[in-house]
Amino acid sequence: MKYEVVMGLEIHIELATNTKIFCTCTTAFGGEVNTHCCPICTGMPGTLPVMNRKVVDFAIKAGLATNCTIANFSKMDRKNYFYPDLPKAYQVSQFDLPICEKGYIDIEVNGQTKRIGITRIHMEEDAGKLIHDEGGTGSLIDYNRCGVPLIEIVSEPDLRSAEEAKIYVEKIRSIMQYIGISDCKMQEGSLRADVNLSVRPMGQVAFGTRTEMKNLNSFKSILRAALHEEKRQIKEIENGNIIVQETRRWDDDLGKSFSMRSKEEAHDYRYFPAPDLVPIKVSDEEIISFKNSLPELPQARINRYINDYKLPEYDAKILTNSKDIADFFEEAIKYDVPPKKVSNYIMGNVRKLMNINNDEVPPFTGEQLAMVIKLVSKGTISSNMASKVIGFMYEDPKNPLLIVKEKNLGAMNDEGALIKIIDEVISQNQQSVDDYQQGKKKAIGFLVGQVMKQTKGKANPQTVNKMLVEKINNLK
Amino acid sequence: MKVTKETVNYVANLSRLTFTDEEAEKMAGQMDHILRYMEQLNKLDTTDVTPMEHVKPISNVFRDDLVVPSYDRSELLKNAPNQENGAFKVPKIVE
Repeated sequence: MKYEVVMGLEIHIELATNTKIFCTCTTAFGGEVNTHCCPICTGMPGTLPVMNRKVVDFAIKAGLATNCTIANFSKMDRKNYFYPDLPKAYQVSQFDLPICEKGYIDIEVNGQTKRIGITRIHMEEDAGKLIHDEGGTGSLIDYNRCGVPLIEIVSEPDLRSAEEAKIYVEKIRSIMQYIGISDCKMQEGSLRADVNLSVRPMGQVAFGTRTEMKNLNSFKSILRAALHEEKRQIKEIENGNIIVQETRRWDDDLGKSFSMRSKEEAHDYRYFPAPDLVPIKVSDEEIISFKNSLPELPQARINRYINDYKLPEYDAKILTNSKDIADFFEEAIKYDVPPKKVSNYIMGNVRKLMNINNDEVPPFTGEQLAMVIKLVSKGTISSNMASKVIGFMYEDPKNPLLIVKEKNLGAMNDEGALIKIIDEVISQNQQSVDDYQQGKKKAIGFLVGQVMKQTKGKANPQTVNKMLVEKINNLK
Repeated sequence: MKVTKETVNYVANLSRLTFTDEEAEKMAGQMDHILRYMEQLNKLDTTDVTPMEHVKPISNVFRDDLVVPSYDRSELLKNAPNQENGAFKVPKIVE
């Protein structure tokens, strides 16, 4: 039987605020154990939380960037559960009146646009970190992360494959980076996804029983965990077993998920309004002004690149995938160089070097790249040499003209010297010359290559080709 | 709704508490009494009353996003029943 997978994602994003959600402790990553803490975030009795204005602003921006309706009236609630990563025995979150609801984003799957619904976005506090010491007598707790502000973006069960889930997370990440509310560093846990997944026979309308896998913090683990769970559920069903609704722990090293049917599973959160925090009201005027303050989002940039710069859709999508690269591109084209040329260099040389060095941005500026392109168009360097210059510039981001001079990479514009080399190559490769004269036009390529080798790539290959052909034809 | 011993034990489990049969029995009676008292409110007609979201008629109490040095760790840990290497220590959590 053919099965269809149905997935919904909950994405937790750490907001890029300076302080925690309810106290003035720093949100800096890492730090000595329990040194970013105070009586509020360690849940001491009698302390009073006060909401960080920026958390609300960021959540509203996230909602507007994902086409949500922003609530004029919203409140915080207590979600009660006993686990030592939460010193208060409850997490302050939002229950029935979240700040954002009913949005969507569009993703591209196999060249087709698909709309994924966003059920809601709410604000909440992060929990502390448990350090399970091996063989020790107890568990240790670090509350540095406790109280760091999060938003949770809950999707509708609209995703139909692991690949779609990955694309969706990538898109959400890119949007959040564009609006500057989170660095979304997955390796530091700034973006974590919970995957809710079920399978059903193709054509069936009712959903199957779902399982949940929590805290997946890389694109790779999201993809692998979803694929594995899909297969596991299908196998269970085909073996005549039923799927149990449960939370499963994904082990990325083993590539397997494990049932977590423990006492901790008996969740009954008994939500109630947080008595120490007052409701949040946002006027329509404020919402409009937030909307106007939003920077250009990826989709708008893609359209602008296609329409204004006449870039192919493929280029526009790759360039806008990361905000840093898109900004770099726009910096370069300010200097009067053809956008398509800039795009080619970024997608080719620059991106290759960034991948090798594992960098998010190149070490030189868009202006420097534009200078390289101009050196080629002016004939100062050959197009072959441009990649070399970019390579050197990546190691040491100097003025490209300086690099050309220092490394002696300038184009060979001295015709006399070039004629000499061409004559030498012709006399040393009589066989190829004969071949060419007998109609093997391809033989010229070999001769051009020899000349380029002699000039260390500094000559313009088109010029060399033209001069060689003239020379050989005159030999007849 | 009659509060039973089972309800008491269910709530106790959520709070990581354990009671003897005797205690649970006693508390079931007490909780039942409290809930019955509250149930009087259900007799009132609240059709035109908007739900109260908060006891105080105020909203939008915010602070600016400015870091203040955190608390001294040894002070924070002073009341902890157990600690180790600057961390709070609790009975072993079994996954």
